[in-house]
Amino acid sequence: MAENNIRTIASPEPNTETEKFWEGARQGKLIIQKCNDTGKHYWYPRARSPFTLTDDVSWVEAKGTGTIYTFSVMKRAKINYCIAYVELDEGVRMMTNIVDTDYDQIKIGDKVKVVFKDSENGIPVPMFTPV
Amino acid sequence: MSINGKAYIAGAWEHPTRKAVDKSLAELHADVAKGALDDAGLSSDDVDGYFCAGDAPGLGPINMVDYLGLNPTFVDSTDTGGSSYVVHVEHAAQAIAEGRCRVALITLAARPAAEGMATGTAPRVYNQQQPDVQFEFPFAPVITNMYAMAAMRHMHEFGTTSEQLAWIRVAASTHAQYNEHAVRREVVTVEDVVNSPMITTPLHRLDCCVISDGGGALVVVHPDVAKELKRPLVKIKGVASAVKGQDAGQTDLTYTAAKFSGPRAFEEAGVKPADIKYASIYDSFTVTVLLQLEDLGFCEKGKGGRFVQDGNLISGQGKLPFNTDGGGLCNNHPANRGGMTKVIEAVRQLRGEAHEKVQVPNCDLALAHGTGGSIGTRHCSSTLIMERE
Repeated sequence: MAENNIRTIASPEPNTETEKFWEGARQGKLIIQKCNDTGKHYWYPRARSPFTLTDDVSWVEAKGTGTIYTFSVMKRAKINYCIAYVELDEGVRMMTNIVDTDYDQIKIGDKVKVVFKDSENGIPVPMFTPV
Repeated sequence: MSINGKAYIAGAWEHPTRKAVDKSLAELHADVAKGALDDAGLSSDDVDGYFCAGDAPGLGPINMVDYLGLNPTFVDSTDTGGSSYVVHVEHAAQAIAEGRCRVALITLAARPAAEGMATGTAPRVYNQQQPDVQFEFPFAPVITNMYAMAAMRHMHEFGTTSEQLAWIRVAASTHAQYNEHAVRREVVTVEDVVNSPMITTPLHRLDCCVISDGGGALVVVHPDVAKELKRPLVKIKGVASAVKGQDAGQTDLTYTAAKFSGPRAFEEAGVKPADIKYASIYDSFTVTVLLQLEDLGFCEKGKGGRFVQDGNLISGQGKLPFNTDGGGLCNNHPANRGGMTKVIEAVRQLRGEAHEKVQVPNCDLALAHGTGGSIGTRHCSSTLIMERE
């Protein structure tokens, strides 16, 4: 049984450094960054590369698919939820929630795809659901 | 510059309170300052170095220096969460070695229990200027589910079981029964732990530490000062700190920053993990202990479950007696920052002043390890090795 109750999702506060990411989210796109010094993707978004501190970085649209690296189902909240790190097919691991599924069936290694869920103030945030 | 032998811990004192409804936060700091100075045989006039972290009310060290009536020539308020006080020992030893102070006082105090703080499960209020917050806070990370994700991954990669994690609580509770001040003195079994309510998978209630008030203080001194005092000589042999984060998106929750702080502390001390007679290991959760034991080299990575089972951490029974005060799991976790009490119990062991039921015979070499922040995201580890002279 998928869990029907949806908890209230706290809203992110985008700033000039990150507004592109949240603009993408509003359009249903998961965009991540790439360091042009090293050619490597990184997470979370930031203006300078954590590999070299160059500001020569690009925004690229991720495929939006990945696998569950680890997770935990909170049983002590008013509405239970599943927190996770998902490894995107591009190779970076991001914190997220697994949603629209039976939490008791979730396993590490499960294939998932991104779904955007509206936070309190309407900004959609990237969550994942089993493929 | 190596600090091996350049400073000694002369005073160590833990506040007996666990619920401080009748004390202000500043008063608790004063209580522990007086306690540790009395323990050393020193007075506040002797203090010329003062160290505190984010639990201390005021702007860095300034308000506490004024409140306590100190006149320090050196201050430091590095805040690395629960590992702060181990880092402070490192910084105090450095300052003493450089001649910047001779008697360094480190204080910790807080009253989360009196304030009714739901430390483990309530989302904290975050500053959205902190760059990771907007990419994490919407997903409701709390302390418990961050550590739970590390436990889940360890179980997946190495076959670690809930029963093995439970042995860590069993060992802590076996020790806590002798500590009259411990919050939880009842001895528990593996079954008790795995049958306690699930908090956030795979961590049960008894995998989690207590929430308690109180605090503690340490007095770190120049060798000349230590030798004039009437206390057993506890020498600082090695200490190192390290920060681990998400590595630009290559998050790996199977290890902690102890992997980096541990070897450097051992190298400075000139000893090996197998030489350690007693270890205070940060125990916010059972899994915290498991990861740090592996990272510090007490066993191979992935073998922590087997290492801790069957009472191997119980004093008088196992190979590595740990947290003989009951640790954060059973005794005390003041300010939700356990590094201070880790050092204090290690000092008790080196002095031969632990409870007789848990005192390690001929305990001349001990380790105290702190972790601050979250092993689920980013944290600081600090490792301290001390020797009884």
